[in-house]
Amino acid sequence: MVHARLVRFGGAMKKVQFNTRSVPYLLLLPQLSIVAIFFLWPAAEAVRSSFYLEDPFGFGATFVGFDNFIDTVTSSDYARVARFTTVFTLLVTFLSLGIALLLAVKADKVLRGASSYKTLLMWVYAVAPPVAGLIGVMMFDQHVGPMVDFFALFGWEMQIGVNYFDTGFAMTATAIWKQIPVNFIFFLSGLQGISKSVQEAASIDCRSGFRRFWTVTFPLLAPTGFFLLIINITYAMFDTFGIIDVVLKGEPGNNPVTLVYKVFLDGFRGNDLGGSSAQSVILMILVFVLTVIQFRLIERRVHYT
Amino acid sequence: MATITLDSVRKVYAGNVEAVKGVSIDIQDGEFIVLVGPSGCGKSTLLRMVAGLEDITTGEVKIGERVVNNVDPADRDIAMVFQNYALYPHMSVYNNLAYGLKNRGMAKGEIDRRVKEAARILEIGEYLDRKPRALSGGQRQRVAMGRAIVREPAAFLFDEPLSNLDAKLRVQMRVEIKRLQKSLGTTSVYVTHDQLEAMTLADRLVVLNKGNIEQIGAPIEVYDRPASTFVASFIGSPAMNLLPVSANGSGLQLEGGEGLSGPNTYGRDKYTVGIRPEHLRVVDAGSSHPDAGLSLDLVVNVLEPVGAESFVYASFAKGGPEMVIRVSNHARYQPGEKLQLIADAQDVHFFDGGNGKRI
Ligand SMILES: Nc1ncnc2c1ncn2[C@@H]1O[C@H](COP(=O)(O)OP(=O)(O)O)[C@@H](O)[C@H]1O
Ligand SMILES: [Mg+2]
Repeated sequence: MVHARLVRFGGAMKKVQFNTRSVPYLLLLPQLSIVAIFFLWPAAEAVRSSFYLEDPFGFGATFVGFDNFIDTVTSSDYARVARFTTVFTLLVTFLSLGIALLLAVKADKVLRGASSYKTLLMWVYAVAPPVAGLIGVMMFDQHVGPMVDFFALFGWEMQIGVNYFDTGFAMTATAIWKQIPVNFIFFLSGLQGISKSVQEAASIDCRSGFRRFWTVTFPLLAPTGFFLLIINITYAMFDTFGIIDVVLKGEPGNNPVTLVYKVFLDGFRGNDLGGSSAQSVILMILVFVLTVIQFRLIERRVHYT
Repeated sequence: MATITLDSVRKVYAGNVEAVKGVSIDIQDGEFIVLVGPSGCGKSTLLRMVAGLEDITTGEVKIGERVVNNVDPADRDIAMVFQNYALYPHMSVYNNLAYGLKNRGMAKGEIDRRVKEAARILEIGEYLDRKPRALSGGQRQRVAMGRAIVREPAAFLFDEPLSNLDAKLRVQMRVEIKRLQKSLGTTSVYVTHDQLEAMTLADRLVVLNKGNIEQIGAPIEVYDRPASTFVASFIGSPAMNLLPVSANGSGLQLEGGEGLSGPNTYGRDKYTVGIRPEHLRVVDAGSSHPDAGLSLDLVVNVLEPVGAESFVYASFAKGGPEMVIRVSNHARYQPGEKLQLIADAQDVHFFDGGNGKRI
């Protein structure tokens, strides 16, 4: 007998019993095969080829041990990209979290009074992230972007795709812009989850709204915050590939790129499969570390309910 | 320590909901006032206006000599105990108590002294390092009380603080709150929908109905002389028997029922006659009681023993409301049995048949 626990729907746990041992595995098979085909196999392939020097024209490969890794981490270009990635990740994470938190706090104030706004905001939730991403990219378009025109008013002639700083700025701003709605939703629902009477008790105990925020609201939001921190780091490092690609328009030149984008460049443009595999293995290890941290934190994180 | 004065306080919520309709109360220094009424009558709204958690639409709230309408909740010198306790989940019990003091810039030593003192009084000393989630409901309740008393405020405000406790703890905490309030002598306003809680705690009761004050008075006064049919049916359990009657010559005619032997001396067409369950006495069938305030012939429906006493539920032969009579726990009445009941004249209450006000 195999007991399968199914998802909780509205609190009611549904439990189904299968009479044969194979059925549950059969049901899992599609999911497992997807994981195997699209993740495990390529990952294994990447690990394997990171130890080989691949002939660019596809005629065989030579085992080179850790040479690819050593070449990668010692190259000055890699260090430069790693530095940019770090700065980019920090900026995107903290600014998108910070701005989203600020907006969520303001929205929460409005929502606590009137529930009619809530439905209105739900629409923003649903539409925002993809559309915002698109708008963000358009805003910083070298030719038609209003932000480029806007900064030009202050004498800053942006040269996106040419100037290192300008390009990095456009990428960072777009990535932040795109992530704000997601963070906003999580923060807002986190804020809404804080008991009204706890906030009221605090308003009797502490006059300064600023102090109240940092001593009561913010700590109660910490579980949401930690979760979002990991999500945002992951986003900034890995999910911004599309944004970078659009900003660069396929012309990396001397422009800033992130580590993930460099994997793509070296592998598919530079035809250095061994080197790019080594880079992706390093990134995999990074993801693994992040995941471990995340689980550790979530485990240790107090849940106040 | 302070008086609290409410002068024609009104609250209109968005959507034109008038939750409190011009309420005036003078609360004496050290007095324990209980606001009581059914759910939705505006008790919490009124209390929250005193606390500063809700804006006052019109009227004036004074704590001591100071008008506090526009004073921040933190500056009103009040402490509040919430129904769900509203403890800070991320702080230890110690910090829950100390938080309000720290924010007022009190010295560490004094904070520590006050927290320890409150913990001793409320017997929560062992839990000072725990987080609220590691406490039982009763313990959380004590912490919430502790958070109020460490502040040594001018007034305590309670919003149904015992509703989330089980029956036994509720009685225990009720006694404790009363004792604590008397020993501290702090002016208190306590909101509850539980008339028993209200009766036992209050120096003075304020009975609210739909945003209006129905009656203010000492509990026993309110019980003995309810100002309206609303108060009569709300205070006391089981509730006062209320009979809608109309004038019938020199007597009274039960609506949809028989004529009653009773006085018709108030010169109105319609009355509501009220008699508490304990004021009806069973007398020998057919006996005559010319000086009784009211005499009724009823048929027993059911006898409900509750231990120390029993309640008889009985009806009129020709229809009308079911009556409750409090009898000794030794009484053995059978369903269908006919009873003659009388009440003394001073125990029969007369209310206006229209607006329900006491005559
Ligand atoms: N924030 C609010 N907005 C609109 N109406 C409210 C609000 N709070 C309470 N009310 C209404 O005001 C009335 C009194 O509420 P409340 O003071 O909470 O009653 P009680 O505490 O006596 O149960 C109710 O009709 C309630 O629906
Ligand atoms: Mg209430």
